[in-house]
Amino acid sequence: MTEQTPILELKNVTSAYGRIKAIKGISLKVYPGEVVSIIGANGAGKSTTLMSISGVIKPTSGEVWYAGDRIDGLAPDLLPSRGLCQVPEGRRIFPRLTVEENLDMGAFFRKDTDAINHDKNRVFQMFPILLERRKQHGGTLSGGEQQMLAMGRALMGRPKLLLLDEPSLGLAPLIVQQIFRIIREINEVDGVTVVLVEQNANLALKSSSRGYVLETGNVVMEDDAQALLVNPAIRAAYLGE
Amino acid sequence: MTIRASKLWLGYGVAMAWFFVLLWPLLGIKAEGLEFAESISIWLKVAVAAAILLGLHQLKQGGLFRFLEKPTQAASAAADALAARVPRWLALCAVAACALAFPMLTERYAHDVAISVLVYIILGLGLNVVVGLAGLLDLGYIAFFGVGAYTYALLSVHFELSFWLCLPIAACFSAIAGCIIGYPTLRMRGDYLAIVTLGFGEIVRIVINNWMSLTNGPNGVLGIKSPGAYWFKDGSFEHIWLNSLEQLYYIILGLAMLTIVAVYRLNYSRIGRAFEAVREDQTAAELMGVNTLRLKLLAYAMGAVFGGIAGTFFAARMKFVSPESFTFIESAMVLAMVVLGGMGSIPGVILGSLALIALPEVFRGFEMYRMFVFGGVMAVMMIFRPKGLWPAKRMGARSEERD
Amino acid sequence: MEFLLQQLVNGITLGGVYALVALGYTMVYGIIQLINFAHGEIYAAGGYMGVILISWLFAQGYPPAICLGAALLLAMGYCALLAMAVEKVAYKPLRHSSRLSVLLSALGMSIFLQNGLMLTQGVYDRAYPGEMVQGGFEVAGAVVSYMQVIIVSVTIVLLLALNLLVFKTRIGKAMRATAQDKTMSALVGINSSRIISLTFAIGAALACAAGIMVGLYYGSVRYDMGFVPGIKAFSAAVLGGIGNITGAMIGGLLIGMIEVFAAGYISSEYKDVFAFIILIAVLYFMPTGIMGENVDDTRV
Repeated sequence: MTEQTPILELKNVTSAYGRIKAIKGISLKVYPGEVVSIIGANGAGKSTTLMSISGVIKPTSGEVWYAGDRIDGLAPDLLPSRGLCQVPEGRRIFPRLTVEENLDMGAFFRKDTDAINHDKNRVFQMFPILLERRKQHGGTLSGGEQQMLAMGRALMGRPKLLLLDEPSLGLAPLIVQQIFRIIREINEVDGVTVVLVEQNANLALKSSSRGYVLETGNVVMEDDAQALLVNPAIRAAYLGE
Repeated sequence: MTIRASKLWLGYGVAMAWFFVLLWPLLGIKAEGLEFAESISIWLKVAVAAAILLGLHQLKQGGLFRFLEKPTQAASAAADALAARVPRWLALCAVAACALAFPMLTERYAHDVAISVLVYIILGLGLNVVVGLAGLLDLGYIAFFGVGAYTYALLSVHFELSFWLCLPIAACFSAIAGCIIGYPTLRMRGDYLAIVTLGFGEIVRIVINNWMSLTNGPNGVLGIKSPGAYWFKDGSFEHIWLNSLEQLYYIILGLAMLTIVAVYRLNYSRIGRAFEAVREDQTAAELMGVNTLRLKLLAYAMGAVFGGIAGTFFAARMKFVSPESFTFIESAMVLAMVVLGGMGSIPGVILGSLALIALPEVFRGFEMYRMFVFGGVMAVMMIFRPKGLWPAKRMGARSEERD
Repeated sequence: MEFLLQQLVNGITLGGVYALVALGYTMVYGIIQLINFAHGEIYAAGGYMGVILISWLFAQGYPPAICLGAALLLAMGYCALLAMAVEKVAYKPLRHSSRLSVLLSALGMSIFLQNGLMLTQGVYDRAYPGEMVQGGFEVAGAVVSYMQVIIVSVTIVLLLALNLLVFKTRIGKAMRATAQDKTMSALVGINSSRIISLTFAIGAALACAAGIMVGLYYGSVRYDMGFVPGIKAFSAAVLGGIGNITGAMIGGLLIGMIEVFAAGYISSEYKDVFAFIILIAVLYFMPTGIMGENVDDTRV
């Protein structure tokens, strides 16, 4: 696996909010077909890392490479058409667009109407509740439904690489299970590479092949997910033992 | 040429083509036929000017002016050092002496301009309390000027009250008007406040314009008395009218100095700090026990008082008032002064008034272009120097600018 | 009764015009939270372009209907370009500045454009070429001029077209998405600068149509004709709930009606005051308007 070229690579990326550095020289690699978790406590810089990949935050130094191109400094709206889609922190459903319109927005850059409709039906199959709520405004959905919609919206862009930020946050355990089942499905069936940011380290690592541990803006550990799961330091710090 | 440079010139080309498309229909399409000469001549001037600016900018980027940097830096450092060595009181005294000696050194026309400048300085400082200190954008400020002017005009014409008595009365009336306008508007969001004050300013003007029985409508009020005074002459006090330009100059100079002192004191007072607290973070100020609503009302009233004083003097000086002097464009002028000079900065406002009132008098031939240039400069200033020509020192970054 | 009916006809005409102008305010406020002071000037520029183009086309000997139609379309295009230029020059560089800065820049642009119109077109009224549309008919005692019919029908067509654009098309959805969440819309591939530009262009085109029709209705235009209608249209946008497109249409109609009825039954000298009083009352008693706001005010 390590012989492949990574689909995503961060080289020593630093990002800041004003004068406060949120991440300080992060390097990581993601290979095609992987599910990679980034775990860490609140404020460790997990979301900032994702936002720096998608270009919402411009890194102050370092390089971001995606599918053979350097993408740091590119405007974020250029990335979805290259296959890089994100479900950001807080899901960010368009509150006064209907569920269906939200999904349409996910396919905004695409022109292939038939394929779009096909993908939309697929999302409705994955999350039947969205079909029921099709005409409802996004803002009226429950947290779980919003998470489903956010994922559905990202899938409408036919991503090669999907960035997921805290998909389990604030959701009931049953729904969390459903969400993670879908994550595994799109990874295994569609071959979408997934980068998963989670506070729920246990759950994230169980669905991943590899993991990175972030602490105050630095990568402090990097290993196979299985190895991290049994690592006593990780178990003590993030798995609540 | 680098990629950046060629992009810059491509942008220039697009902008100029765009500009021509916008300019030509206004000048070139006539019922008699299509004309090109005039629009092309204007377009060429603008295009050449823009090209020169862009070229200079590029040379600067390229480092061609680096040899100039050192001497200019040294010069400005030397000037700063010199300014630091001269004590502040000495500089102030020098300015005051110049102001006092001004009428003796110049002639009528200059007195006239100087009086206008001083009136606008008072207005600018008053608005500065509202906009600069309290952070409330008021686009109807000239209404208070109008209230002050009409208060004195009517009291003088109908009851023959003296200027000096009317000064505090007009100030009170303006303060009351400020509270009336302020009360319903102050709970609103910042940008709504702007349009509502604009609306109030228009209401005041329309009312003055239509209340024939009181204000004589668009014809205005005539026969307003000048300020009077008692003068010791031939062993007894004698009542005289102070109606020469020189005398008026000294009156408005005194009023302006009083205003400057008052605003300066306010700036560094407890209330001034509370204003700043409200401007920077209203919620935090409230949590610290500042009654924000009352404070904003106070800012409005204080601003209005200065407007009223300026208005009273204006009526006495012109001996005539009409609604035409209180249009929105006047409000915009005063605001432009505050913004151009530097919000919250007293020397800034003075500089702004000089720039906006005295400078156009120097270029009298371009009277027509005055507002046109102001508008453009105002927009450009916001991009390149949003804090004004002489920024206030104590004013920190606004909370919304920081994020 | 006849008087009432007549006022109703006049109120609808005026209200339609305010609705067209109000849409530009509400759309721009919805997307970048800016009171676009220069919008009234775009309306005035529209009125002038109408005069200029209709005079020229008329002199070429085209029939009135073609003059009107062609002038309307060309002027709308012109105003769209003008508003886009204003946005690029004066608002876009300030996207990350304080709101006060942008507001002052907008005010500056308003003064700039108004005086630009004065310098190029003169201080005095400019008349539309005589008698483009004459006559009218009577309905139950109320006189409806053909000009009013044209105004109302053009307004309806434009409002319907806008509704279709905003609620049915892909680009309309993108506009609404950008107004609701700029970061997220970038993450799905929407170029927000382009959408903002487009919003300015559409608002300007509508205001331009309003300017031309008002010019035709009264027979002349003036360089400062945009100021008062601008405030009234903004009042209409606030009345309907800022950011709310349907609200702006209803608000415009209401403000037009109120003005005409107030002028007819209370006092015509103070007719301009009523719109301002409504603005203040609405902001004081129901700041989100009658239809509710559609603004995601992340910066307040």
